[in-house]
Amino acid sequence: MSQVSVRKVDIAFGSVPVLEQLDLEVAPGEFLVLLGPSGCGKSTLLNAIAGLLGVSRGQVWIGDRNVTWAEPKDRGIAMVFQSYALYPQMTVAQNMGFGLKIAGRPREEVDRRVREAAAMLQLTTLLGRKPAALSGGQRQRVAIGRALVRDVGVFLFDEPLSNLDAQLRNELRVEIKRLHQQLGTTMIYVTHDQIEALTLADRIAVMKDRTIQQLATPEEIYLRPANRFVAGFVGSPAMNFHAGAIEAGKSGPAFRRGELSLPLPDRFRDAGGAVELGIRPEHIVIGTGADALPAAVEMVEPMGAETLVWARVADEPFSLRVEHTVKLRPGDRIDLSFPGENVHVFRAGTGKRL
Amino acid sequence: MSAGAIVPEGPRPRHFGWARLGIYAFLIVAALFFLFPLYVMVLTSLEPMAEIRMGGLLAWPSDPTVEPWIKAWTSACTGLRCEGLRVGFWNSVIITIPSAVLAILLGMINGYALSFWRVPWANWMFAILMFGTFIPYQVLFYPLVRIASTLGLFGNLGGIVFVQVVFALPVMTLLFRNYYASLPEELFKAARVDGAGFWRTWFSIMLPLSGPMLVVACILKVTNTWNDYILGLIFAGRDNLPMTVQLNNMVNSTLGEREYNMEMAATLLTALVPLVIYFVSGRWFVRGIAAGAVKG
Repeated sequence: MSQVSVRKVDIAFGSVPVLEQLDLEVAPGEFLVLLGPSGCGKSTLLNAIAGLLGVSRGQVWIGDRNVTWAEPKDRGIAMVFQSYALYPQMTVAQNMGFGLKIAGRPREEVDRRVREAAAMLQLTTLLGRKPAALSGGQRQRVAIGRALVRDVGVFLFDEPLSNLDAQLRNELRVEIKRLHQQLGTTMIYVTHDQIEALTLADRIAVMKDRTIQQLATPEEIYLRPANRFVAGFVGSPAMNFHAGAIEAGKSGPAFRRGELSLPLPDRFRDAGGAVELGIRPEHIVIGTGADALPAAVEMVEPMGAETLVWARVADEPFSLRVEHTVKLRPGDRIDLSFPGENVHVFRAGTGKRL
Repeated sequence: MSAGAIVPEGPRPRHFGWARLGIYAFLIVAALFFLFPLYVMVLTSLEPMAEIRMGGLLAWPSDPTVEPWIKAWTSACTGLRCEGLRVGFWNSVIITIPSAVLAILLGMINGYALSFWRVPWANWMFAILMFGTFIPYQVLFYPLVRIASTLGLFGNLGGIVFVQVVFALPVMTLLFRNYYASLPEELFKAARVDGAGFWRTWFSIMLPLSGPMLVVACILKVTNTWNDYILGLIFAGRDNLPMTVQLNNMVNSTLGEREYNMEMAATLLTALVPLVIYFVSGRWFVRGIAAGAVKG
């Protein structure tokens, strides 16, 4: 395992800047996920760490070496791609052993390491097959195996599960996590899927517009998003947002928008002005507390274990998540309370968390 | 529902309408248009001169003979020499094989470099190369003759191969560049992470995937070189004149009676190589042209 350090890196495609002044420190053995919408620069960053893309400014360090000018093969990294990128004319074993073969390792060593990696990923029976004769999940396992064989300090994953169907994605996600626990290798993982990010990461770097918006543990990102973008991007179903203003009332600060008046904890007393209020569907509670507000159910989406309920409070729409045992129908009237510790308030305009 | 009514079920019945009839009629006429001359040529080449003199262009020969074919191949006069077309045939073979191999190889490497590697000014180079495709090459003959003769490549085998390769490069590069551009770029990245360099990546990864385009390039280049007349006439030199040039000499330098049967046979012999290539590889050709990405 090695640490990875990206220092003040700029990357531009022609005159279009893709990354600007980017700093990132990944600890040895850490699982770091780069999360963001497409075009945010996360894949570019990964390619720069891999050495597939040069930087316009700044340095990349892996382990204790400055690898800014080093070729990918000399950086001590292995990479797994979204489209698997298996060599179609080679068998699984040849695919996995290609890197070692080029490096001029003896045949026995290549064979041994391919077999070890194959055993780890349950690929042993497939070693003689060509990629065309494999399913999508098997192909991606082979691609992971190819990375494994290289026996390096850092693994880079570029959206490895995006081409798979939902069930396979879950299976392989677990497999990658198990692999990380077994190997203890540093892993950097690019995805736009927040579930993957939350389940796999030790830390998540949420990216947007060429910069890292927030770098923190999954729990921190979920519970205390640093800004409006992170709050909206992480969490499913998405957070409820309403633009309005904070007003100081008799009994403390409150969020106001039209008819809606929502009491807020004391910490927002001095926050006044235009803000955006956010609360996750799973944090809205039915029918408790003195400050519960009356609501009308508009629509109900059963999702198996849970049900997503769309309701209006003082004419403003909110979605909330309830247990499947709670039976509600459109037109029902309920009371909703909004626990202060789970209410997020962002400054309008900048989007910064208050 | 009344008994006996047709209930729609299973495949919809096909209708043979007027439109379809028109299409078939057109196709048949078009086919005849191309096949008729071929038919006449084959017939004539199998008839003795006596029968030809009687007319009867379309009648099956009463006394078919392969004599004209043998004569065309072994003893017809092409200009001053009377050794038949076989000399030209072997000249054409000797010109075509190295030209095709070199042009395809260089075009392939060019296309590979242009599509995967960050060559400085790659787009400009490609644009200039493309411009080369559209230049009518008659414009270049005079300077090219001067260049070739300075390099000692005029009027010999090396000269004609050199010229054939140079003129084919833009198209070959275009073919392979576009084909490689259709392959997933991640394949190339994976090879780079695995430590494969420029040549290793090309040889181990890209070359084995180039099959469909190789077939297309081969057909294009071989038929093109085989059918070439003007380049061979100018650059090949007297001893290496290709089959097309010798055929022309033969047909144009007849003394006395024109031997239609022998000339037909000679023409068919010259056309045989491209014809065979088209027949044998037609299917691969279409497959190569239609080949999309090879998704692993």
